[in-house]
Parts: sequence; structure tokens; C-alpha cells
Amino acid sequence: MIPVDESRRKFLGTTAAAAGALALGPGVMLYSYAEAKAGSGAGERTIRWGMLVDTTKCASGCTACVDACNTEHNIAPAKLPTDVQWIRKVELKDERTGAVHSMPVMCQHCAEPPCVDVCPTGASFKRADGIVMVDRHTCIGCRYCMMACPYKARSFVHEPTTNKSSVAPRGKGCVESCTMCVHRVDKGGTPACVEACSDAGHRAIIFGDLNDPNSEIAKRVKAATTTQLRADLRTDNGVRYQGL
Amino acid sequence: MAAPALAKPPVLDKAKGEKCVEETSVMRKRHMDFLKHQRDDTVHGGIRGAKHSLAGCVECHANARDGAVLGSSQHFCQGCHEYAAVKLDCFDCHTSHTKSAQASQKRGVPR
Ligand code: HEC
Ligand code: HEC
Ligand code: HEC
Repeated sequence: MIPVDESRRKFLGTTAAAAGALALGPGVMLYSYAEAKAGSGAGERTIRWGMLVDTTKCASGCTACVDACNTEHNIAPAKLPTDVQWIRKVELKDERTGAVHSMPVMCQHCAEPPCVDVCPTGASFKRADGIVMVDRHTCIGCRYCMMACPYKARSFVHEPTTNKSSVAPRGKGCVESCTMCVHRVDKGGTPACVEACSDAGHRAIIFGDLNDPNSEIAKRVKAATTTQLRADLRTDNGVRYQGL
Repeated sequence: MAAPALAKPPVLDKAKGEKCVEETSVMRKRHMDFLKHQRDDTVHGGIRGAKHSLAGCVECHANARDGAVLGSSQHFCQGCHEYAAVKLDCFDCHTSHTKSAQASQKRGVPR
């Protein structure tokens, strides 16, 4: 792990952002992508992996993304609230208009992740390409990150595991969450949920590099109004929602 | 009290392939260093399928019949660690089976 001088990097980051961002008024920005800052290690510093969920295309009752995630990461379908779950379907209802939205919620891969801030061992970290995850070799199972996460995206493994898979090592006593399928992404692939959603004919989730102006995701978030969940917390999520 | 007799060196499963990822004499002493280095490179740097991968060790060193590196004092990782009185937690999470042995196990039920 390469230690970085975060204060210097943050200073350079804000100066650049202040110069580049389009301001509507004091403190009101149209777009602000904090650059993916390296937590540690190598990897592509210019990339920021993200996902766009189009809630108008997400079918109520469809669980293709959840099922695919479970299969990919060797997770038994959750029965108890304490069971491992990396992605879940949420139904949102606007009480005034009656409008209902169905959508998947998983780790939002924040640029300013609260889970990383509170982790006492550095196990919660952000890769250079913006993916937030737990290094389970350093996780001591304290679960501060689960308390800090505004999206309840993390799970704790309460029981010993059997039937292991080499894709998703898992053991009692550690916290885990969506890794945006790093093992696929590192080989040029697409996360399992995105693939399954597309196979189911919905194409409600797309994946790509938010920093690459030619990527589909960058074009879509440029052209349409998209939102970050709990944008008020200014965690600058890598997962965005359209149609909310 | 009489000193206990030294246990006989373990007889371990034969590995696949001609040679290890490093000289055998180096591996014997330093495999744990390579593994821990690889671990950080993979998890933090996204470098996959590299020479010192743990999944890689298992593919070559698994028992020919059950495809595992643990199971008895003849199994590669278990046999020597038993002899040397080393206890690992790696396989609390990592599979001790080769890819093909995992595929033939019951799928989808992690506990
Ligand atoms: C609490 C669970 C856990 C324990 C215990 C654990 N690991 Fe891991 N390990 C993981 C996870 C999760 C990954 C990430 C897999 C990925 O991203 O593909 C990983 C990845 C790795 C990798 C890179 C992938 C590979 O197969 O080469 C290495 C090397 C590794 N671990 C070594 C070790 C060693 C050595 C130990 C024991 C000292 C150990 N791990 C103990 C969970 C664990
Ligand atoms: C390409 C197949 C292959 C891979 C991959 C591999 N090994 Fe080996 N390994 C061998 C062979 C073959 C030998 C025996 C060489 C000999 O007898 O001289 C060996 C020898 C060893 C030895 C010495 C055994 C003794 O009897 O003293 C250790 C320890 C070892 N390997 C550990 C590992 C670890 C740990 C990994 C993963 C980082 C690994 N090996 C990956 C093929 C492999
Ligand atoms: C030839 C004997 C031998 C074989 C075979 C062997 N090991 Fe080891 N291993 C040792 C010894 C001895 C130690 C302890 C060294 C020390 O503490 O200085 C050790 C330590 C380790 C450690 C560090 C443990 C810790 O808690 O820090 C890891 C990880 C490890 N071995 C992994 C493996 C894996 C995986 C395999 C099977 C692929 C394997 N070893 C096969 C002899 C062996």
C-alpha cells in the first residue's frame, strides 16, 4: 500500500473543482464529480466506475439483479434481516401522487464514503477507480461502517460458512458489501446485476466509467436528470438514479 | 522428562506441473510473504491471476482425488502446517478446493 498525503490531495482536488464546476449560485453546483481519489494501491486513477439505474425501466417484482448477485457471490437468498445481502429491491411510493418506483439499492460507491472515514483499521477503503469495498484481511468485524453507511448497504457474516467459492471468499466475523464485481471489472467485464438486468430485457442498470466522456453512462448522465440518493449528505455517489 | 522424539517429516500430495512459482527451497521458507504481498496487490490494486495467487496454489497443490489442499495430514497445506504447528485462518474464507472440485459440490448454499 502506498501512503498518500490526503490533505494535499484534498486541497488540490477542491481547487481544481472550484475552478471547473459550473455554479448556479453560492454552493449550488450543476454537476460535481469529485475525482476518484486513490485510497491506496495501483489501479486506474483516471477511471471512476459508476452505475446508472433507470427506475422507469426497473420492473416491480423482478429480482433478476438480486438473484444474479446471489449466484455470483455464493450468497443464500436472505431470510433474516441479518443475512448477507449485497443488493436489494426497494419500492418507493410518493404518498401525495401515488407514484411507485421500483429500484435496486446496493453500495453507492461514494466518492466521500462515510464507511471509510470511520473504519479503525483501514479495511474499508476506496480503490483508485472509485470502487468502495472491505479488505477482509484487515477487517476486525467492529461494524462501525455498517452504522455509518446511509444506505444500509453492508452486511456482517454471523455464521461460519461452508461451500466456498474462489470468486467470493467469505468467513464469519467480517463485513462485506457490493464490490461492483471487481473480479469481473478488473478483467474488462460487467457486474453480474447489470448483465442479468439486460438479459431479462429491462436494461435498467448500466455500468461504465463516469470519467470517460465517450462512455454510455457519461453521455446518459450528461443528457438526462439523474439523482444521487441522499445527495444532501454530499457523499457523491457513483451509483445514480434516473426517473426518481 | 525425556525430550519427545522428532516427528517424521510429512509425506505430502504431489503437485501438478514441473515446478513451483518460485524455487522450491525459496517457497518452503517464504510462501507466506508472497501470499500476503499478492493479497494486497489483488485486493487494493486489482491485479488478478498473478503468479502468487492463492487460488493458483490450490489448483496445483490439490489432492488428485478430492481436489483439496486440506482434509488429511497428507493434503498439501494441512500436512506441512500440522507438522510445523502452524495454524491458518485463510481457509475460513478461501476455498480449499480447485475450481473443478467446487463445481461438483452442491452450489448456492453458503452455510
Ligand atoms: C475473512 C475472510 C478472508 C480471510 C480469513 C482471508 N481472506 Fe484472502 N481474500 C478474501 C477476499 C474477500 C478476497 C478478495 C477476492 C476478490 O476480490 O476476488 C481475498 C483475496 C485474497 C487473495 C487474492 C486472490 C487470490 O486467490 O490470489 C490472496 C492472495 C489472499 N486473499 C490471501 C489470503 C491469505 C494468505 C489468507 C490467510 C493468511 C487470507 N487470504 C485470509 C477473504 C479472506
Ligand atoms: C504450476 C503449479 C504450481 C503452482 C501454481 C504452485 N506450486 Fe508450489 N510447487 C509445485 C511443484 C511441482 C512443487 C514441487 C517442486 C519439487 O518437488 O521440487 C512445489 C513445491 C512447493 C512447496 C515446497 C514443498 C516441499 O515439499 O517442501 C511449497 C511450500 C509450495 N510449493 C507452496 C506453494 C504456494 C504457497 C503456492 C501459491 C502461491 C504454490 N506453491 C503454487 C507446483 C506449483
Ligand atoms: C513444506 C511445509 C509447508 C507447506 C507444504 C505449506 N506451508 Fe505454509 N507455512 C509453513 C511454515 C513452517 C509456516 C510458518 C512460518 C513462520 O511462522 O515463520 C507457514 C506459514 C504459512 C502462512 C502464514 C501464516 C500466518 O499466520 O502468518 C501462510 C499464509 C501459509 N503458510 C500458506 C500456505 C498455503 C496456502 C499452503 C498450501 C498451498 C502452504 N502454506 C503449504 C510450511 C508449509
